[in-house]
Parts: sequence; structure tokens; C-alpha cells
Amino acid sequence: MSINKDLVAASSTALVLAILAEGDSYGYAILKRVRELSGGELEWTDGMLYPVLHRLERSALVEARWAKAESGRQRKYYRITDAGRDQLADERRQWQTVDKTLGKIWS
Amino acid sequence: MDQTRINTPAADSLERQIEAWRAHLRKSQAITVQDAAELEDHLREQIGSLRQDGLSEDEAFLVAVKRLGAIDALTREFAREHSDRLWRQLMLPGDEGPGAGPASAGWSLRMWVALNLALAAAVAIKIPALFGITFHTELGAAFYARNLSFFAFPFIAAYFAWERPLPLRGRLALVALFTAAAVAVNAYPFAFSPKGEPGHTFILTMIHLPIALWIGVGFAYAGGRWRGSDRRMDFIRFTGELFIYYVLIALGGGVLMALSVGIFEAIGIKMEPYLQNWIVPCGAVGAAVVASWLVEAKQSVIENMAPVLTRIFAPLFALLLIAFIVTMATTGRAIDVKREVLILFDLLLVVVFGLLLYSASARDPIAPPGLMDWIQLTLVGTALVVDVLALWAIGSRIFEFGFTPNRVAALGENIVLLVNLGGSAVLYAGFIRGRVAFSRLCDWQKFYLYVLAAWAAVVALLFPVVVGFA
Repeated sequence: MSINKDLVAASSTALVLAILAEGDSYGYAILKRVRELSGGELEWTDGMLYPVLHRLERSALVEARWAKAESGRQRKYYRITDAGRDQLADERRQWQTVDKTLGKIWS
Repeated sequence: MDQTRINTPAADSLERQIEAWRAHLRKSQAITVQDAAELEDHLREQIGSLRQDGLSEDEAFLVAVKRLGAIDALTREFAREHSDRLWRQLMLPGDEGPGAGPASAGWSLRMWVALNLALAAAVAIKIPALFGITFHTELGAAFYARNLSFFAFPFIAAYFAWERPLPLRGRLALVALFTAAAVAVNAYPFAFSPKGEPGHTFILTMIHLPIALWIGVGFAYAGGRWRGSDRRMDFIRFTGELFIYYVLIALGGGVLMALSVGIFEAIGIKMEPYLQNWIVPCGAVGAAVVASWLVEAKQSVIENMAPVLTRIFAPLFALLLIAFIVTMATTGRAIDVKREVLILFDLLLVVVFGLLLYSASARDPIAPPGLMDWIQLTLVGTALVVDVLALWAIGSRIFEFGFTPNRVAALGENIVLLVNLGGSAVLYAGFIRGRVAFSRLCDWQKFYLYVLAAWAAVVALLFPVVVGFA
């Protein structure tokens, strides 16, 4: 089963914010976590994550900083902000409403 | 075994592949150095992970690149998210995070030096006021009129002498040049009418001295390496951009001052005297230094404006000149010779010269002849025809009027420019027929900088002596 592209895009904000709410992270690790959580069902093209992260950064939902990774390379780490947590709570309510509504019909 | 393999050419080839991938990525304006660094970090981590799963380096690279997405799709996505980046922006220090080039290190220092020199110029222009020389008095106005270039050019030259840097001998030569010129124009006993109006030679010196001194600035700009390099063409480009920047800053300054006069008047305070005595002169010289620095700082960031303007106006001027020639031919009207006519045609040649110069400065010298080159040739050709017609009409009358310094200067200017455009026309025609390399045309213009400077110096400094400061 492959998930519709629009649906992937629509869920990206909630998913990225939720993963960052677990703790600070960076692009590659976020994608790995998405794969883990969805059991490989939710397939993103890796590169498309970054414009999403940059959009969130610009809306001040996450903040970024550069730090040295264990590999010795510079890596960009993202952290969720308070505004990001508010947004996440809001997204969560919305997705739960959609889920509940569909669940009622299909149950 | 494995350990040795990592350091063999295979590892180099991976680095080379990543290098090529990064270079390809960076071609898009929407992807900054930092974005590329972030994506590269991702790519390397992915490759490392795939290698652990047993893939070879080449395989790992291919899979990782594929997973990251096609570069075209990636850059499109970035461009959609960062559409503002397509409008290239001037980055001030601090805008760029880690991963920014090492160039930004000297950036803030250059800015500080430029701002301090601008400040020094602003202070310098007010120093004569300490000795009672102000703009209001006739004496003061005459003083500032002949010395204006000395309050701006040495500071611009000083900036480049520091930034390039210019060798000591070059610096001494510049100091000598500016000092000699300053001493000469201030020592010359220029004639003034009884009412205190300046004579012809004074006005001629006032106009031509800045042109001659500007070449001194160019010498500093080139870091003393005038000859053999392309620095002279760069200086021509720099001059065009500086002019445009200066005009824009002046417009902004005009708005600022009009508003400040207005709002202070609303509370019953007159700002005009303060503006005229302080803001206008200090701002004018300071802005010249700041604009010089800005033009150099943004060089590769923003499209150069002077060539864009020439693209728009070269065809329009060519059309105007053709229309003029056709009208003259069909109506049989001749040029009405008045006193200002010669100056008018001088200005026409200056404009055509500028259009030619700036389109040549922006042209790729290797590209084959195209439509724009035909337009340039038409422009130069028609300008030559119109100017010869004008000279023909004026010629006989000049002897009748007699030779005043003004007329000699105006006629000389016309001939100097006529020779330049004539040479350009010949070279352009040769280039379009494929017989002459375009660089020959650039060389001709570069050489002509000397001619123009020499001519300006002669008019500014030698003329007054010859005609007795009339």
C-alpha cells in the first residue's frame, strides 16, 4: 500500500513536530524515525524533508543550530519551540477529529 | 585488507562523486551553502549506513542519491519554499551561519574601513568652514567648486589602496597626483567677472578635473596593476555601477530630506539651513565612499545595472538617430547653428560612447556576433553621421565666432569622441564580418581611457595657463 502524496504532505508538519517533541534531532534521524513508526509504509523522498524543516524553522515552530556530530562533520540540529508545541497540540486535535469521524463510519 | 581499500582511489572517487553532486546542487540559487552542507551530511550518513549493509561505495552512493531525490525535483522544492532567494540578496555579516564561505571574515572589516573613510570625507568637507569658507560666500562657492573632487576621490582611492592593497610606490604616486592637482587649481589665478561670476577656464577646469582625477582612483582600484590585466575594464564596470548606486542613494537622500523638512516645519522649526550646511555636503561625499564599497561588495550578488540599461537604451537611441537622419534628408532642413549646438552634440556622443562602452563591458567576448552587435553598429554609425553633419554645419561658423577656450574645448571633445567612435565602428564592422576578435574592441576602449584622462587633464590644467586664465 502506498500513501497518497497529498496525504503525506498534509501529515508532514504533524509528524515532524511530533518526532521533534520526543527530543532534538536532525534530518537523517527524523527520516529514520518516520520509517520506523510507519513500518516503511510512509515513504518520503529523503530530500523533501528539508524544505518542510525550513518552512517550520521560518514559522518559528522549530529552531535550528549547527553543531559538530560524532562523525566530526557539522550537522544541523532541530529543536521544537513552544510555538511548535502549541501547533502540534492543534494538529493533533485536528487529526484525531478526522480519525474519529472516519472511524465512526467504518466501524 | 578493508582498511587499505578505504584509502585507495575508490575512496577518492567517492569524494569526487560527492563533490560533483554538491557542485550540481549549488547551481540553483535556491540552495545556499548551508542547505548543501545539510543535504551532504544526510547523503554521507546514508552512504555510511548502506556500506554497513554491505553495499560497495559506488552502489551506496547511487542508492543514497536516488533516495535523496532527483536534483531537479529537489531544487524545485527548495525554490518553492525559499522563493525569496531567487531575488538575490546582499548578505550582511551575520546573515550567514556556519558553512558560509571564508570570504565573510573580512567583510565586516571592509565595511568598517569604508564607513570610517566616509565619515572622514564628511568631516573633511566641513574643515574649510573652520576658516570661514562657507558655501554662501562667492569665495567659498568658488573654493568648493574647484576642490569638490578632493573631498571624495582621495577617500575612495584610499579605500582601494588599503583593500587591494596598492604597493607603497603606487600610494606615493597617488598622493603626489592629488597634491599636485590640488595645488595647481588653487594657485591658478582664474579670472572672475566684476560681479564675481567665474570665467570660462574656471568652469572648464571644474568639469574636467574630476574626469582626470577619476583615473587616479582607477589606478588605486586596479591595485596599481593597470597594464596587461583586465582591471581597466573592471574599473569601467565599477564606474557605471557606482554612478547608478550614487543616483539611487541621492534619490533616497532627497526623500529623507524633504520629509525631515516637512515634519520639523510642522513643529515650527526650520531645517533648511542645517540641511544645506551639513547634511547635503557631508552626505554627498560620504555617500560616494559608501557607494564605492557597496558596488564592490555586491559585485557578484546582484545583476549589474549599467549593461541592463544599455540593452534597453541602445536600440532606442539608434532609432532616434535614424529618425533624425531620415527627417533631415526628407525635409531638407539643416542644423540651426547656435552657440550651444556643439555642446549638445558633444553630449550625444558621450551618451553613445557610454552605451557602447557598457554593452561591450558586459558582453561575452567569445560569443559570436548577434542582433545586439548589429544594433550597436547601427548606433555608432548613425551617431557618426549625425555628428559629421553637425560639425559640417558648425565648421564654417567657428572661424566666424572666433576661438574662445570654451569652443576649443567643445570642439576638441567632439573630435576626441569622434575618433573613438570611428575606431569602434571599424572594429565592430570587422567583428561582425568575423575578421576581428571582440577583445580588440575592448582593448581599444581600454586604451581610450588614457586618451580621455589625458585630454581632461590638458583642459583642466594646461588650458588655463595657455589662454591666460580668461
